[in-house]
Amino acid sequence: MSNTLGTEPADGHQSQGTPGAGSAASSARPAPPPAAARRRRGRAKLRLEIAVLSGPAILVFLAFVIFPVALAAFYGFYRWHGYGPPTDWVGLNNYKLILTDPAFQQVLWHTGVILVLSLAVQGPLAIGLALLLNQRIRGRSAIRVLIFLPYVVSEVIVGTGWSLMLQSNGALNDLLRHVGLGFLQADWLADPDLAIWTLLGIISWKYIGFAVILMLAGLQSIPEELSEAAQIDGASYWQIQRRITLPLLGPTIRIWAFLSIIGSLQLFDLVYIIWGPYVAGTAGTSTMAIYMVGQGRNAGNYGYGSAIAVVMFLISLVVALLYQRFLLRRDLQGAITEGAS
Amino acid sequence: MRARTADRPQKWGNPFTYFVALLFIGTCVAPVLYIVLGGFRTNAQISTSPAGLPEPWVASNYLNVLKSVTFWGEFANSLVVALASTVGTVLLGLMVSFVLARYDFKFKGAMYSLFAAGLMFPLVIAITPLYIVVKDLGLVDNLLGVIVPQIAFGLPMTVIILVPFLRAIPKEIEEAAAIDGTGRLGFFFRMVIPLSRPGVVTVGILAFIGSWNNYVLPLYVLNSQANFTLPLGVQAFSSQYSVDTAKVLAFTSLAMLPAMAFFAAFERKIVGGLTGAVKG
Repeated sequence: MSNTLGTEPADGHQSQGTPGAGSAASSARPAPPPAAARRRRGRAKLRLEIAVLSGPAILVFLAFVIFPVALAAFYGFYRWHGYGPPTDWVGLNNYKLILTDPAFQQVLWHTGVILVLSLAVQGPLAIGLALLLNQRIRGRSAIRVLIFLPYVVSEVIVGTGWSLMLQSNGALNDLLRHVGLGFLQADWLADPDLAIWTLLGIISWKYIGFAVILMLAGLQSIPEELSEAAQIDGASYWQIQRRITLPLLGPTIRIWAFLSIIGSLQLFDLVYIIWGPYVAGTAGTSTMAIYMVGQGRNAGNYGYGSAIAVVMFLISLVVALLYQRFLLRRDLQGAITEGAS
Repeated sequence: MRARTADRPQKWGNPFTYFVALLFIGTCVAPVLYIVLGGFRTNAQISTSPAGLPEPWVASNYLNVLKSVTFWGEFANSLVVALASTVGTVLLGLMVSFVLARYDFKFKGAMYSLFAAGLMFPLVIAITPLYIVVKDLGLVDNLLGVIVPQIAFGLPMTVIILVPFLRAIPKEIEEAAAIDGTGRLGFFFRMVIPLSRPGVVTVGILAFIGSWNNYVLPLYVLNSQANFTLPLGVQAFSSQYSVDTAKVLAFTSLAMLPAMAFFAAFERKIVGGLTGAVKG
């Protein structure tokens, strides 16, 4: 392991010069040897090139993405506080505890609600807005920058800002009072009946811009001739959108939904900043990742935390595989399913 | 309803579109403006009229933050981490994407699937075991402990975006380069890198912004204030000065500036890159 790390940063620093790769390239120049030997040498050279070019990425990826997963599966069988090698083998007990913990069932429910409602709210809204903004209007590039703004601002900043605005004596309630909607004032963050809706609102605000930009990009790749032809045939604007644009936007919509689902499954920063691990529980906004951090790291139970990580992995994996199997297949054909070809 | 008018080519389009666009922009921008403008107010102003405008404008909050050593230290840490992660992600990603796009070998499909599968494992989900790995390597409270994992987790998106770009480079260019005596690696450095610039820029910006905004990994890995990145700094600052709202808002808005400026400068490239990725 320590080997991996010793070499990686060095590779990063070689970026400009890349002496290793450069010399391999220049050694290719000499006069051509006889055919058979050349082919053999060519094959060896090919292997070397592949190894040099893909080695670093694969090494880093295996060490920091794949290996931790395997490690989590191992630690998940122990009661372990993070110091020294784990010795207290508890078998499947951690998993039993997780699955029977009412707090976990709750976070599972919250995560599910957020996942489904994010799709249901942001999807149609983003498609509608993208169709609207795809028309010939002035200031299109300025609009694109401005609607992407919330996505670019970090979760920590968004969380800090919103939690100040949404306090019971904060800006939103003040604003409502001023425009004569005082009866709508509420304790947006602490009221357990309301908090998850507040969270959904903030999520939609933060990520809708990304969805719209993605949809706009998708719309722009649809050839204009199609809708022009339909128009000549007498199709109305809505007919064109429904029969031509939407179906052709399908791949974009499906990829967006995939990213949104993954985002919902890993939702952490916003909740952690706005509510914190303990209040989130009582306000009804805690997510799987909040549960993992609270029960794992903050409580010093790395064995239990690892087991939660494994459960989250499995849930994401199942969701992602099902999604790919049934929806994404055509879009990423040659990508995830059968490799680069 | 209004639909038909939208079809006719007009200079300005219909007012409904503008109305919705403005409403949408207002919703997106208002909370950000609240943070920025709040920094120009005093605490007294904020508590008497939480949603008001600065009256009068006060620059002292911003000046105090700009004079503080803590802010600039955290700024420097964020910058180092973001630049190193971006260079690492782009370089390693470009190299492996080149192999995946333009070489033929037995495990190519498996390799691509491996990286693509990484998309399903975002950093947050892996954070507990990842922290253990970082700790075993002795990289806790070390910026490298943030940089290297960020490179690793940045690779799947990078590969997914870059492979279609690299594959789209016509074979003829490669053949022409070969006839001119350029090897495959020479072709990589002289032709591929310049030709795939739009994709590279997209990936680079995503890596930079992702790193600039990353919270959970620094939260686990960095524990002394001297090593904090800005997101940790914002959180520490806002709990330290929880009564001084105006100061917190000033700190917060200065912390988000660089990522925003970076994005505004390259906005076109991002959208272009996303189009390529989605089509691929």
